[in-house]
Amino acid sequence: MSILTVKNLTKQFGGLVANSNINMEVQKGSITAVIGPNGAGKTTFFNMVTGVYQPTSGEILLNNESIVGLKPHQVTKKGIARTFQNIRLFGAITVLENVMIGMHNHLHGGLFSTILNLPRVRKEEKEARKEAYRLLEYVGLESFFNEEARNLPYGAQRKLEIARALATKPKVLLLDEPAAGMNPKETSELTKLIYNMRAELDLTIVLIEHDMKLVMEISEHIVVLDHGEKIAEGTPDEIRNNEKVIEAYLGKGAATTAS
Amino acid sequence: MKNWLSTIQQNKRLQAIIIGLYIVVTFLSLYLAQKSVVAFLLLLSSLLLLYFTTFSNRVKWLIGGFVLVVLLPFAASQGEAYQSYMEVATLVGIYIAMALGLNIVVGLAGLLDLGFVAFFALGAYTYGIFATSQANNFMPFGQYPLSGESFWVFIFIGCLVAALFGVLLGIPVLRVKGDYLAIVTLGFGEIIRIIFNNLDKPVNITNGAMGLASVQPPRLFGIDFMYPSQFYYIVLVILIAVIFAVRRLEFSKIGRAWKAVRENEIAAQAMGIHLVRTKLMAFAVGASFSGMMGVVFAAKQTFVDPTSFTLLESITILVMVILGGMGSVPGVILGAALVTILNLQVLTELTNWLNQLSLNGVINVPDALSPAKMQRFIFGIILIFFALYRPQGLLPAKNPAFDEDELKNTEGNLVNTSVQKEATQHVHLDR
Ligand SMILES: Nc1ncnc2c1ncn2[C@@H]1O[C@H](COP(=O)(O)OP(=O)(O)OP(=O)(O)O)[C@@H](O)[C@H]1O
Ligand SMILES: [Mg+2]
Repeated sequence: MSILTVKNLTKQFGGLVANSNINMEVQKGSITAVIGPNGAGKTTFFNMVTGVYQPTSGEILLNNESIVGLKPHQVTKKGIARTFQNIRLFGAITVLENVMIGMHNHLHGGLFSTILNLPRVRKEEKEARKEAYRLLEYVGLESFFNEEARNLPYGAQRKLEIARALATKPKVLLLDEPAAGMNPKETSELTKLIYNMRAELDLTIVLIEHDMKLVMEISEHIVVLDHGEKIAEGTPDEIRNNEKVIEAYLGKGAATTAS
Repeated sequence: MKNWLSTIQQNKRLQAIIIGLYIVVTFLSLYLAQKSVVAFLLLLSSLLLLYFTTFSNRVKWLIGGFVLVVLLPFAASQGEAYQSYMEVATLVGIYIAMALGLNIVVGLAGLLDLGFVAFFALGAYTYGIFATSQANNFMPFGQYPLSGESFWVFIFIGCLVAALFGVLLGIPVLRVKGDYLAIVTLGFGEIIRIIFNNLDKPVNITNGAMGLASVQPPRLFGIDFMYPSQFYYIVLVILIAVIFAVRRLEFSKIGRAWKAVRENEIAAQAMGIHLVRTKLMAFAVGASFSGMMGVVFAAKQTFVDPTSFTLLESITILVMVILGGMGSVPGVILGAALVTILNLQVLTELTNWLNQLSLNGVINVPDALSPAKMQRFIFGIILIFFALYRPQGLLPAKNPAFDEDELKNTEGNLVNTSVQKEATQHVHLDR
C-alpha cells in the first residue's frame, strides 16, 4: 500500500526547473532512497513534501489525502517528520530540550495552566522529559542529554536530528543525507538505527544519501533524480545496472559499488 | 581566590554566616546612617549575593522576601529620605517587570522590539483616562473619575489591553524579520506616542500634550495609596507574580517553542510549531507585564503625559535586557536594577556632588556635561561594550540541567508511546 504518493510534481525557481514532473509511490513500511548527483533536486523534493516550498504544480498525497498547501507545522501534524541536510538543531538549547521541542504537538500545557503550574502540567512535563530521554537512549545520545546541542560532535548532531524528528511521532520519516560527514563506524551504526526504527516504530523511511554502500544495503526501492527529472527507479539491483544511472554518475559511484 | 571561593561554595553554613552578616551590617548602616545612598544600595545587593549562594530556591525566596518586605522598608523608614528610597525601589520594580516582558520577546523568542514602551503607555493611559474626569468627554455613560477601588481591576484590564495590542501589532509586524522587525516596532512605538499626543481632537480622549492630571490614587479598605512606600508593596506583589510566571513559562512547552523559533524558524516549524501563534504569544505575554506596570505607574505619578513614553524609554528597557543577559531572568532583573539605579541615583547623586563642587569653586563643570544629561551617552557605551566583550550579558542565560536519575526511572509507562517497550524486542535483520 502506498503511504506517500507524488504525482507530476514540479518546482520552478524562476527559469530553473528543480523538479520536473516527478511521479513516485512510497510503500508503507518501506525504506526508499532518493539519490542523484549534486543539484539534482532531491532536497527540493523533500522541501515540497514537508511544506517548506509550495510546488509549482502537481500533487502530494499522504494516505490518499492531499497535503499540498499545508504549512510545515501542519504537515508535521499529519505525520511527516524530517531531518535537514544542513543541520538545523536548536544550538543554544540542551539536547534533551531539543527532543522535547519535537514533542510540541503532543503536549497540552496552555498559557494559564503553565503559569499556575497545575499538577497536570507538571506531570506532563515530567513524562515528556523521560520520554525524551528514552528517545536519546534509542539513538545512543543519552550521555549528552544536558549538553548544548551545538557542542555535540557532528555525527551526534545528525543523530539528534533523528531523535528530534522521532519525537513528533511520525508515520513517514524523511532523512536528508543522514550519513553525511560520518565516519564508517558511525555510518554502520546509523544503518542499524534506520533498520531498527523502521521495524520497531512502525515507520516508513525515505532517505536522500550519497553514500552508495549505505543506500544499496538498506533500501528496498530507489528513485534516481538527475537535473530535476526522475531518470530511473527500482530495486538496488536494478539501479546498479541501470545505464542511465551509471551515466548520470559518470560511470563512477553506482558502478563501482555494484561489484 | 578560586580556592576559597570553592570552599565557600561547598560550605552552606559559611554561606549562611556571610549572607547573614552582610544583611545585618548593611541593614544597620542604613538604619543608622539614613542619608547614605550607599547603605541603601548595599542592602539591596544582598539579593545578588543571595542569588549566588547554593541554598535551595525556597530558602532563597524566603530570605529575599524577608529583606524586601520587612528589612528594606523598615531600615529606610527612619529618616526623611524614606520616600525617595522607596520611590527608587518602586521604579526598579516597575522596570524589572517591563524588562522581563521585553526579555520574553527579545531574549526568548528572538524578536527585536524597539517600541516596547508603547505597551507601558497603553497601560498607563487605560487607567489614566478612566481614573480622571477625562473619560467624561467621550463615554456616553458612567461617572468619571472611577473610584480608586477600580485600580485593582484596572491592573488586569491594563494587562489585557496591552496583550490585545501586542497581538494587533504582531499580526502585521511579524511578516518581516530581523532588522526590518526592529524598524517596524520602532515605528509602532512612536505612532502610539504620537497618537496619545494628538488624540485631544476631534474628541478629547487623551488630553493631548497636556496630559492627564490628578489620577485617582488606588484605594483599599478605605485607605488611599499616595506614597512610594505604599506603591512599593503593590509593585512587589505584581513583580513576584511576574517572576513566577516567566520562570514557569521559560521551562515549559511554550518557552521551548519560543526558544526554538529564536534558534531556527524552519526547524521549529518542522517540529510542528505554529510560527505566527508562537510569536504572537510572546508579544502578548511580554506586553501584558508592561501594561500592568503602566497602570501602576499612572497611579503612582498621578499624572500621565506622552513624554514619559519616548523612544529613549524603549531603548533603556532594551539596554537592561542586553546588559543583564538576553534570555536570562536573573540577569534581566539585575540589568534592570542596575540601569534604573544608575539613572535615578548614581547619575543624580554625581550631578549633585559636582554642582556642590562648582558652587564651592573647586572645579567648574559646565551644565551641558552634567552626568544626569549623559544618560544616552552612557547607554551607548554600555551597549557597545557588551556587544563587543560580553554579548551574553552579566548573568548569562542558563539551560535547565536535569537529573539523570529522574529521567531514567521508567516505572510509569508512557501514555501513547512505546519506544522503550518495543526496543527490547529482538529484531532480526536479514541482510
Ligand atoms: N530556494 C531556492 N531558490 C532558487 N534555487 C534553488 C532553491 N533551492 C534549490 N535551488 C536550486 O535547485 C536545484 C536543486 O537543488 P537541491 O538542493 O534540491 O539539490 P540536491 O539534489 O539536494 O543537491 P545536493 O546533493 O547537493 O544536496 C539546484 O540547482 C539549486 O541551486
Ligand atoms: Mg540536498
